[in-house]
Amino acid sequence: MALIFSLAIGIMAGAGIYLLLRPRTFQVIIGLSLLGYAVNLFIFGMGRLQTGVPPIITPGSAAQYADPVPQALVLTAIVIGFATLSLFLVVLLAARGLSGTDHVDGKETDEN
Amino acid sequence: MSLFLILVLPFLGSLCAALLPTNARNAEAWLAGIVAASVSALILWQLPAIETNGALYYEQIWSPTLKIAFQLRMDGFAWLFALLVALIGLLVVFYARYYMSPEDPVPRFFAFLLAFMGAMLGIVLSGNLLQLAMFWELTSLASFMLIAYWHHRQDARTGARMALTVTGMGGLAMLGGMLLIGHIVGSYEIDAVLAAAEQIKAHAWYPAIVCLIALGALTKSAQFPFHFWLPHAMAAPTPVSAYLHSATMVKAGVFLLARLWPVLAGSDLWFWLIGGSGLVTLLLGGYLALLQNDMKGLLAYSTISHLGLITLLLGMNSELALVAAVFHIVNHATFKASLFMAAGIVDHETGTRDIRRLSGLRLAMPLTAALAGVAAAAMAGVPLLNGFLSKEMFFSETVMLARPEWQRILLPVVATLAGMFSVAYSLRFIHGAFFGPPTTDLPQTPHDPTRWMLLPSALLVAACLLVGVLPGATVGPYLHLATDALLGAQAPIYDLAMWHGVNLPLLMSLVALFGGITLYQFVLQPYGQKLPSLRQLDGKTAFTWLLRTLNVTADRLLQLISSTRLQTQILVLILACLAAGLPFLAEPLLPGTQAMPWPHPAFVLLWLMGGACALGAAWFAKYQRLAALILSGGAGLATSLTFVWFSAPDLALTQLAVEVVTVVLILLGLRWLPRGNPPPSGRGSLRAQLRRSRDFLLALLGGGGLAALSYAILSRPAPTQLADFFTQNALPLGGGQNVVNVILVDFRGFDTFGEITVLGIVALTVYALLRRFRPAPESTLLPAQQQLQAAEAPTPFSQQLGDKLPAGYLMLPAVLVRLLLPMAVLVSLYFLLRGHHEPGGGFVGGLIFATTIILQYLISGIGWLEARLRIRPVYWIACGLLAAASAGLLATFNGAPFLKSQGWHGALPWLGEVHLSSVLLFDLGVYMLVVGATVLILIAIAHQTLRTTAARTAAGQEARQWH
Repeated sequence: MALIFSLAIGIMAGAGIYLLLRPRTFQVIIGLSLLGYAVNLFIFGMGRLQTGVPPIITPGSAAQYADPVPQALVLTAIVIGFATLSLFLVVLLAARGLSGTDHVDGKETDEN
Repeated sequence: MSLFLILVLPFLGSLCAALLPTNARNAEAWLAGIVAASVSALILWQLPAIETNGALYYEQIWSPTLKIAFQLRMDGFAWLFALLVALIGLLVVFYARYYMSPEDPVPRFFAFLLAFMGAMLGIVLSGNLLQLAMFWELTSLASFMLIAYWHHRQDARTGARMALTVTGMGGLAMLGGMLLIGHIVGSYEIDAVLAAAEQIKAHAWYPAIVCLIALGALTKSAQFPFHFWLPHAMAAPTPVSAYLHSATMVKAGVFLLARLWPVLAGSDLWFWLIGGSGLVTLLLGGYLALLQNDMKGLLAYSTISHLGLITLLLGMNSELALVAAVFHIVNHATFKASLFMAAGIVDHETGTRDIRRLSGLRLAMPLTAALAGVAAAAMAGVPLLNGFLSKEMFFSETVMLARPEWQRILLPVVATLAGMFSVAYSLRFIHGAFFGPPTTDLPQTPHDPTRWMLLPSALLVAACLLVGVLPGATVGPYLHLATDALLGAQAPIYDLAMWHGVNLPLLMSLVALFGGITLYQFVLQPYGQKLPSLRQLDGKTAFTWLLRTLNVTADRLLQLISSTRLQTQILVLILACLAAGLPFLAEPLLPGTQAMPWPHPAFVLLWLMGGACALGAAWFAKYQRLAALILSGGAGLATSLTFVWFSAPDLALTQLAVEVVTVVLILLGLRWLPRGNPPPSGRGSLRAQLRRSRDFLLALLGGGGLAALSYAILSRPAPTQLADFFTQNALPLGGGQNVVNVILVDFRGFDTFGEITVLGIVALTVYALLRRFRPAPESTLLPAQQQLQAAEAPTPFSQQLGDKLPAGYLMLPAVLVRLLLPMAVLVSLYFLLRGHHEPGGGFVGGLIFATTIILQYLISGIGWLEARLRIRPVYWIACGLLAAASAGLLATFNGAPFLKSQGWHGALPWLGEVHLSSVLLFDLGVYMLVVGATVLILIAIAHQTLRTTAARTAAGQEARQWH
């Protein structure tokens, strides 16, 4: 399980990093989104992977639960990630309207 | 307590003055006058207590951990100085009432003047050095605002900036010196510092301390080589010059030197540094004052010279000289303030301050001429006036100097020379402006101003006369009080009297007087404009050069180490992240010992698809945006399923809801991006290929590193303390079974509060940004798909406002989403309510609600929907924040810490047994805010189509006109 989980993080992070370095704003926003998934999964993984033990307490039983701390952190991160993504989207739309291009620098510097 | 009142009153007055309307000239003057008068009265009232107790104290806890308290301390010296500040402040306020023109925005003037008065009183009354430094900077800031009062004038801005830079740098050095003192003494309290004088003098850091403190004092008091800022500060309104640049701010430097005199004086270093600077300033200032044609400029240089005299006295390492210095501080303040007022009156009445143009004003303005004449005589050191007394003391000190022979001869000679300069420029000021034949070519016809405007000047001149004739009966006791406070048991015995018999100082005075008259008559009048201006000695050139060089170097450095290109910046960022991961390479990246279960086939399949989606998104993002967006959504879906798999239902729900909203959001945005071009046939230039390969390598390194890191961590056992704490305490302390939700709304409620605030701010920012959105011209056309549809059917998509349902193929979806609306709202409320015990909560509920709303928009169109259902997202945001905040405050009212959950359990009619918790209110706040923010963002983007519809209609009409 851990292997697949780690590979998933790696693939999404790699795709995200590659896209972040691209010149078009749309590429960057998709990259940001993918990198966000990877980082969220990574933080979530810090609580280790357990199946079938959600941190919902059953009163009276002394059962083992999954670590709730990374989950709370990631829940916050998902919402804040949505906020930054939408802000970025609007900034890129406004920049496109103002500069007439969707290059991240607001002007066509070179072909890539 | 009265000490505190003395300090606080001016600041309160400043606040009130700032709030008055612009044209409230009289109200402002009354306010400032009353403040200054009450402060003066309060200070006077302290006199008996100081005479009996020596010093008064006031203390307020400030920062106990740093061992700093807010301390006020008023001894005799501070009392004298504070009285000077307050009384001259009162007179200046009075004068300013008549000086300022009705067009000037007086609230700003009086507000900063009062703030300055408070800051100056703060310096004088501070009981510890750090607090003194704080008020010191405050005077610099207030003076900056006052010099730049007429900020439409270039010279005012330059002068203000120069004064601030020079005194600010000095203040920084001074702070360094004070920190050193505090380190040696172990306390910043002035009493402790004064008591540790011997310890400081013996310390190895003593030279450094003297240099740093001297830097502060010399810059503030405009001493050579930092004197250049003062003449430029004359761009300030004259009341400001009269107050700041004669009586108070420039005196702060010498105040500090006198205050620390018992601690720092007595060494050769002190003598050469302070005395030397004072001596050069005394001569240079006096000489340059001779050459000025502007009345205020002349006064500025004469102030520099007189401050040099005071500094020289302080540097002479003799107690008597210190007494003379304190005495001269008082005397100089009285006659110089009055002279500045006279210069202001002349400017006000004639329209010019140029001595070359002015002449014979005594006929038109007899009262002004008389007052200015007496004050100038005091400045020149004519007997029977206060300036004579302190100058006499200065002369006798130069004669008595306990230094090697050559210095003992040189100093009296230089002192006499400076005295001659002083007489000559005083003569020039009076003779040049008020005597000689009357002129007619002035901008305005001169006449004496209203008596009230002359009153402050007259009072000051009266003080000059009184002190000059009867020093022992007027200023004597207070001078004793001040010097006793400074020197304690070492205070010298001296005799304040006008007549000390015929002695060397008297002779020097006579030489200075007649020499000065001769100098004016036979050198200055015929050759005045030809004397060398000593421009090389002006620090201004060095100052501007230094500033420019600094700016240029900073710019170059910035160009060298930074880039405006985003790609470069991100590249650096990613390289830094990779570098940060390097330490992990050492050992722990190896897999740990934890036994790993075999992956479940379904999970493998899930991530086969998820990984393919992520890679596909990266591949298509440039040329096929829609495909890339869908694929990225697929990766998000896989992430969400992973959360479910590994026991995180809350995360899965939130991720799923956010995923939907995000995709819709970006879909709405796609429309405004440039049309995608088909991929080029070749592989692009070599440079582009190289860059892509480099980025691919970086992505491989980053992704691989992160994967290895997570595997290494996952194969090690987890620390459990934190997890155990929350799982054990969620139910007993938080009263909820869903631990994640309890953490969010209770244990870490303040974080969540901050987070939803951020979300609200982002939504408002998005809204604000889009209000001024200008789409690119090519995007205003109808999208290709809609054009196709429009060709096939007349009105398939848009629906007339009156229709209940759209006509075409959208009829069925429209029925469905309208049925969905109430149910979805119910579901969202269900998720909200159960969130504390089961997966769910405000975030998920809010997102579900927002999704339904946006569905309505998508199917029905903006116009149709908003004619029926008007969502006001901004109110939702506001109510959400209010609800969350009041849930937190509920705890505060109950005496518990902010946001601690408050429960109520009881029975209600109809409902039976009910458990109510403030946590629910908090989560409701989160819910409403998430609804408001999400809907606001989505609707703001959706509304942009209206803009282009309008643009298209206009363009269409125009096109039709063309054809």
